[in-house]
This record gives sequence, structure tokens and C-alpha cells, in this order.
Amino acid sequence: MKKTIFYVLLLIFITAAPFMFPAFRTQLATLWLMIVVSMTWDMTGGQMGYNSLGNIFFYGTGMYVAAIICIGLVHDVGIYNDASRSEIMKFTDTQYFVGAIVGIIGAGIFCAITAVIIGYVTFGLRGPYFAIGTLGVAIAAGELVANWEWVGGGQGIALPVYPGDLDNGKLFFYFLFAVSGVVLFIFLKWLYGTRFGAAVNAIRDDEEKAEAMGIHTLRYKLTMWALAAFFVGIVGGISAFQLIHFEPLETAYQTINLGIFMVVCVLLGGKGTLWGPIVGAILFHVIKEVTWNYLLGWQWVALGALIVVTVVYFQDGLMGWLMHKKPEWFGVRIEKKESVGEAS
Amino acid sequence: MDQILGNISLLFEFPIVNLKIVVDGLMIGALFALAAYGLALVWGVMNVKNLAQGDFVIAGGYVAWYLAKLGVPPLLGVPAAFILMWGLGWVIYKTVISRVIERDLFTSLLATFGLAIMMAQIMNLLFGSDTQSIQLQYDTLYFFDGFVDVPIAKLLGVTMAAALAAGVIYFMKTSRMGQAIRATAQDARAARVLGIDTEKVYSFTFSLNAAICGAAGAIIVMVWVIQPFYGITYSIRSFVIVTAAGLGNLPGVIAAGLGIGAAEQYGAHIFGIGYQQAIAVLLLLLVLVYRLIQQRRLRQSLK
Repeated sequence: MKKTIFYVLLLIFITAAPFMFPAFRTQLATLWLMIVVSMTWDMTGGQMGYNSLGNIFFYGTGMYVAAIICIGLVHDVGIYNDASRSEIMKFTDTQYFVGAIVGIIGAGIFCAITAVIIGYVTFGLRGPYFAIGTLGVAIAAGELVANWEWVGGGQGIALPVYPGDLDNGKLFFYFLFAVSGVVLFIFLKWLYGTRFGAAVNAIRDDEEKAEAMGIHTLRYKLTMWALAAFFVGIVGGISAFQLIHFEPLETAYQTINLGIFMVVCVLLGGKGTLWGPIVGAILFHVIKEVTWNYLLGWQWVALGALIVVTVVYFQDGLMGWLMHKKPEWFGVRIEKKESVGEAS
Repeated sequence: MDQILGNISLLFEFPIVNLKIVVDGLMIGALFALAAYGLALVWGVMNVKNLAQGDFVIAGGYVAWYLAKLGVPPLLGVPAAFILMWGLGWVIYKTVISRVIERDLFTSLLATFGLAIMMAQIMNLLFGSDTQSIQLQYDTLYFFDGFVDVPIAKLLGVTMAAALAAGVIYFMKTSRMGQAIRATAQDARAARVLGIDTEKVYSFTFSLNAAICGAAGAIIVMVWVIQPFYGITYSIRSFVIVTAAGLGNLPGVIAAGLGIGAAEQYGAHIFGIGYQQAIAVLLLLLVLVYRLIQQRRLRQSLK
């Protein structure tokens, strides 16, 4: 009962937030983006034990796929992205909204399919090799897209602006992000309680034993990664329309920005927990937004330092620390030392 | 596409062009091999996968470049970078690396990735984001009617790299410390039991790695260019080389380094210079997949 009230209040707050803080609508939308990518990173990194450094690949791919679908429904993509194009290519309101929605969903589906294909190769790699391999995929994709003229090359793609009032546009994107975040949360809350979630955790704890127990590990790993990629692709697609203009190396396949932020968020909040990535993303986003402007060029140094400090000294994250200090909050009962001795 | 085919047919029409590409590739590959050897050392001895490897290279380059700007003879920059980077390596070992050695591998990978971001940004703030190089006043040798040009500066750089590699190998084979490092790499616990101070071995190895990278960077700045954000490419190349050659396989590291240098030059010639970074990364993926297929045959996975 208490929990239901908590969730209802939370939902009301999420809906009311952009109206309560109208000046921070874009900020709040970005916060949702961080929450979603952190949660998806935790799906493989925290729950399955496969630490990917290349999940940003799906973000960038989602952006490009959504943009190309939206443009391709109305115009010729090659001509639209030609830097020397002189004619103006317009979108009507219906074309924009239909393109955006179809593009965003298409981006999610496309990313899930790519995840299966890439995962088929990369999931043979374990531990650090998997991290380096996926990082390689993300960097290579950025470099290749930057050389591909059909999608705008290094200049990227400029999408049409949101038709109508810009403030409404901000609300529109806030709710797109928020809905994907809430759906993802509900989905994960359900998923982690099922047999599937238990199997995925077994893979994290000992893959060889899991396989010996009859779990078809590759199938589980591919499904989990495809699910994560689906949601990253969706938020990538939303970002494409929110940012209007994006280019391959700094915005879409931004390996060292968002690509590493999501890992830091999860580590800050606590790996392998449902709430950890959310808490971490909020914490990280607030720290970043409050301090970034005062650091004048040193912000990246601060980011690097934050990664190093988090990894070296605070790897269990906030939730891990809380779990250690207050296990009863998580429904974990720790029995007295004597009884433990008797039991064993 | 036509351009790519044209570039390929050029290679067959003028076989001498191949020679130029190979010579260029081998010269740059020698420096890749040097950085990769440092990585193999750290990887093998303390099982730390250092993603800041390339940034050590670039930092060494900036040391030499800054000294040259102050009027120090450029060739002195190499030993200076070696010594300074040794110090930096020691500081980084004591503050960060010593705390991640015993942890799981992703920890060291992420911690060094954080370090890499930090170092690249500090260099960007200190020296600016322009590409830099040191101009050496040496002639260029020409062979085969000028088709193959070998600047003496590059030759000098490769010679220095070879001398440094030979020195390090000799040190590892003969000195007491070298023996201790090799013993620790084989079995750290046994080494500790036999009275080897493994903590000292670790700090020495990591400092040596930083110093080797620094010297490689000081050579690179004399013959090519450096830029604060080029580090990640060198890190990735080091990973390609070590993954391809395997740990503790020194001739393999050298061969793979030279091979990758040549392969990259061919790729840049055929597809255009814009793809050079992509080629380095795709080579990594190719090597990983190849190793994976090898392991799969043995019913093992790459860890």
C-alpha cells in the first residue's frame, strides 16, 4: 500500500515537473535521457556482468536511423543531406509527427536487430575484451559514418524544427523521454523478477556453471542486449529530433561524453540494482550541471577525476553502500553471527 | 568506389609504390611496437589493461616538443621524456594503479580510461589543440628515382626506437630487477614467497612502461605530428598488437607492430586518409574476431 502511494506520487511529480520548473524543461529531458541510458547500461553491465563501453553505438545509430526514416518518408535522403543543396525542403506538420514517431520506433527496432548481429560476434569475448571490442565498434561506426556522404558525412544531419510553439516542443520531447523512461522502469521491474532475470544474473555470477545448468547463455545474452539496444535506440531517435542538428563524432557516437557518462552514473548509483542507475543518473546530472559552468575548460579533467575516484574508491555506488549499511531497507535479513555458525 | 579501384590498380602499375608504403609502414610500426611492448609488460606483470597508454605517448611527445621550444637540442628530448614520464608513471601508479591491481579487470580498464580523458584534456589546456611537431634540419634520402623517400630524421627515429627496445630487452634478460619482473609475471604469489617485493616490481614496471611510451612519443613528435586527442588511437593500436601477438611473445609484438604499421599505410592509401583511424579500430575488431574463432575451436572464450 505504502509502495503504491509512493509510485503514484512519483508519477504525479514526473508529470508535474515540467510545469513546476518551466525554465528547466530541456534539462529535465536530458536527465531522463541519462536515466534511460544508465538503466539500459545496467541491464548488461550490472545484471549480466558484461561491461560494454560501446552502448553509445546504439544511441548514435538510433539518431541516424530515426532521422533517415523521417527524411526518407518525404524526400530523397541523399539530396536532403547534400551540403551544396540550394532548394528548401519542407515538412508539413503531419509529415513531421508521423516521421518522428515512425522514425523513433524504427530506430529502436533497427538497433535491437543490430545488437543481435553485433552481439553474435562480441559475446564470445569476455570481461575486458568485451569492453574494448564494443568500444571499438562504437569508434569505428562513428568514423565510418563521418565518411559516408549519403548521411551528411562529417557535417551530420539537420532535421526540421518542431512545428509550432517552441515551449510546446520542449514539453513534447520531455514527455517522449519521460514515457520511455517510465516504460523502461516498469518493464525492468517486472523483468528482474522473472526466470529470465534470474538466468541473466546466473550468467553474471558464473557463466560456465550457468551453461552447465542448461541455460542457453548466448540466447539470453543476445535477448538482453537487444532489449537494452531497443531502448537506447528509441532515446537516440528522440534526441535526434530534440537536438535538431547532430553530427557523427561529437553528438551521435560521442564515445567519451554520454558513452562514458552512463557507466559513471551506474557506478555512482550502484551496479546491479533497479534504483541504482536512476539515483546515479540524477546525482551525476545535478553535479555536472551545477559545477560544469564554473570549471571553464577544466570540466573534462573533473570528469576524468570523477571516473577515477568513483572506480577506485566508491565502486559499490550509493545503493551498494546503503545495502551494506542498512540491509533491512532492502528486505535482506542478516542473522546474528551465532545462528549463521549453527546453520553452516 | 572508382577511386578505391584506381588506388588499387596504381599499386600494380607501379610496384615501387608498394615499397614506399611498406617502408613508411615499417617505420611507424616500429614506434607502435614500442608502445605495445610497454602495454604487454604491464598487462603481463600486473594484469592491468592500460587504456591511457596512448596518452603517455602523447605526453612524452609534448615534453620533447616543449623542451625543443625552449631551445634544447631535439635529440635530448628523448631521454628527457623518458625520465619525466618515468616520474609521472610512478605518481600515477602510487595514486591510482596500485589500488586497482587486485580488483576485477573492468575496474582497471575504466580507471585508466578516466586517466586517459584527464590527461588528454590537461594537455589540451596546457598546449592547445593544434597539431605540433619538431622540424629537424636533416636531408631526405631518395631511392628508385625519388619514388621512395626516406627522411634521415625518420631513420634516426627508428634507430633510436630499436636501440631503446634492445636496451629494455637486454635489461629484462640480464638484470636482477628484470628477473624479478619476469618472476612476478609468471606467478606473483610464488614470487612473494621467494622474497621478491612485488609492490616494488609493480611500481617499477608501470614507471618503465610510462617511460618507454614517453620516449616513443618524443620520437614521434620529431617525425610525425602529435595532438592532445591522438592518444586513444595509439592505445587502440597497442591493444591490437598485444591481442594479436599474445602476452609474453616479444618477437610477436615486434612483428605485429610492424605489420599493423604497414597494413594501416595500405589502408590509408587505398581508402583515403580520412579512414585511417577507422582502419586502426577495424583492425582491432578483425584481430579480436580472429582470436575468437581460434579460441572457439578449443571450446574456450577470450578472457
